[in-house]
Amino acid sequence: MAGTVSTPASPSAHIGVPMGLSRRLSDLLYTRRGLLLLALLGPVLLWFGVIYLGSLFALLANAFFRLDDFTGQVVREFGFSNFVALLEPANLDSARRTVVMAIAVTLACTVLAFPLAYYMARHARGAQKAALYIAVMLPLWSSYLVRLYAWKLLLAKEGAISWLAQQLHAQWLLDTLLATPAIGGPSLSFSTMGTFIVFVYMWLPFMVLPIMAAIERIPVSTLEASADLGARPAQTFRSVILPLALPGVAAGSIFTFSLTLGDYIIPQVIGDSTLYIGQIVYRQQGVAGNIPFAAAFSLVPIVVIGIYLWLAKRKGAFDAL
Amino acid sequence: MTAAVSLDRVSCTFGTGAQAVRAVDSVDLNIDAGEFFTLLGPSGSGKTTVLRMIGGFTLPSSGRVLIGGQDVSQQPPYARPVNTVFQDYALFPHMSVRDNVAYPLMVRKAPRAEREAKADKLLTLVQLPGVGSRRPAQLSGGQRQRVALARALISEPQVLLLDEPLGALDLKLREQMQSELKTLQRRLGITFLFITHDQHEALSMSDRIGVFNQGRLEQVGTPQQVYDTPTTRFVAQFVGAANVLQGDAAQRLTGAACAMLRPERITLGPQAGAKAEGQVSEVQYFGSFTRLKVSTWGTSVQADLPTGSAHVAPPLGATVHLHWDAGAVHALAAN
Repeated sequence: MAGTVSTPASPSAHIGVPMGLSRRLSDLLYTRRGLLLLALLGPVLLWFGVIYLGSLFALLANAFFRLDDFTGQVVREFGFSNFVALLEPANLDSARRTVVMAIAVTLACTVLAFPLAYYMARHARGAQKAALYIAVMLPLWSSYLVRLYAWKLLLAKEGAISWLAQQLHAQWLLDTLLATPAIGGPSLSFSTMGTFIVFVYMWLPFMVLPIMAAIERIPVSTLEASADLGARPAQTFRSVILPLALPGVAAGSIFTFSLTLGDYIIPQVIGDSTLYIGQIVYRQQGVAGNIPFAAAFSLVPIVVIGIYLWLAKRKGAFDAL
Repeated sequence: MTAAVSLDRVSCTFGTGAQAVRAVDSVDLNIDAGEFFTLLGPSGSGKTTVLRMIGGFTLPSSGRVLIGGQDVSQQPPYARPVNTVFQDYALFPHMSVRDNVAYPLMVRKAPRAEREAKADKLLTLVQLPGVGSRRPAQLSGGQRQRVALARALISEPQVLLLDEPLGALDLKLREQMQSELKTLQRRLGITFLFITHDQHEALSMSDRIGVFNQGRLEQVGTPQQVYDTPTTRFVAQFVGAANVLQGDAAQRLTGAACAMLRPERITLGPQAGAKAEGQVSEVQYFGSFTRLKVSTWGTSVQADLPTGSAHVAPPLGATVHLHWDAGAVHALAAN
């Protein structure tokens, strides 16, 4: 009998299905969309809010406390002593060093990733494309530490790269490079140059894939139109492909920049014993037990990345992701 | 006079061996300068491939493509004096409308002030003044189509190729664009090569039509020729509705094995002098006319009766008598 259905209308009752408990629940979730959303997102948001954000804020709150030198205990008094300490030359140096490395790694990854991404997007087909995909992703399937120590062996004075230079009688080239002030060192594995090389290697897949996605998104008809209207391939690249690939570059750069900014393992294993932000935070919260200072220093990359993300958003990076 | 576009036994085959598809099969075509020529045919008939070969996006497997008398068969698109309006408009999303329209001039290194002034002039020509600083994403489909048109015209090509440009528009807008395109073409005097699968569009806009079927060009002629005197059964049935008669009926009426009679040439009348008699099996009302399906001669004959004629549409099952004048029946090549 139509007209005797109570609101909200129950879909199951309408079609004459027997109303068990699970049926009632299913109807409820169907008619009340908000409830369904809550059920799906609730646990995740709870985890995100309590465990991730909550613990993060608990840590960062420590930035305003200080460590009592005498007792070694954290004094829960609101103050800015940690931030004043941040401005000491050694700490500023470290922050500057880390940011410069992050920028350099981002630029190098862009230059290396672009041709590969372009080829994969525009020219590779079928089996070749699949093979390239796997080749780019394969390093990520192995352990970070394994790859890192592999590079340490490669870069060492007695390592493969040095050996290759000797075979090609190019040892002089390697020595000249290592003699460069500030970024050179006794061998590649004990120099800033080496740190840079390993950073670029580690994050390259994260730059290749967004650029490839951005270029793939360009419809073929757009490129045909450019040629049709008189543009030679180089002109089409400059005027159409490059600008449309830029959001992909911005997206990839978020990865390379932020990952370099916070990393504390690579400079530890392959570096010239100058300290990066990550290493200082690690040491301060570990042996030194100076959690307040570690927390304060952690704010530096957070702020830097916040600014970077804002710039990247303006460049359209989030559309490209 | 040199043809604006000429195709000399052009074929295009995709794939190899057993999977080879002959998309275009030995097409000969001559398009005159200043003409509005339409390539008409169903999907997969090869008309788009022919257009792409003229534009330079696909290379012919054999034969020659000539533009203005020059053999351009192997030349890339940027070397040909031809511009294309694509089906999806293919506007550059990262440039403003003005920069989009000025693109061909930018590529030719024209100074900024000059190319922007010309772009604005062309936007006015396609009736879009004042949208120059907007982005393509902010325009409607019809507006984007006009921008694509302006962009293709700015460098004054010899031939303009239009690949089903009106397909994505709704009916009213499409009809409006049809008459605007026709007016524009007459005004500019450029050769337009238009692709469509809509025979109404083809009939109303073209100077001449080329009908394609499965890679072959079946007939080339004016709209009147293609409609009144189709040479093959396919053309008769594709361009407009047609009653195709075969066997005895065709022999008796025209002496040929196959004949065509257009539904609008049939009228209902008294038994005396009727050419055929049958029962009404279907009645469809189309506003300006009513379509009857009449069972006669062992087959179903369609008759379109204009609304407002003296006869009211007969009921289903009624016996009717069909009249037409002698010249209405046309012999077709058997195929």
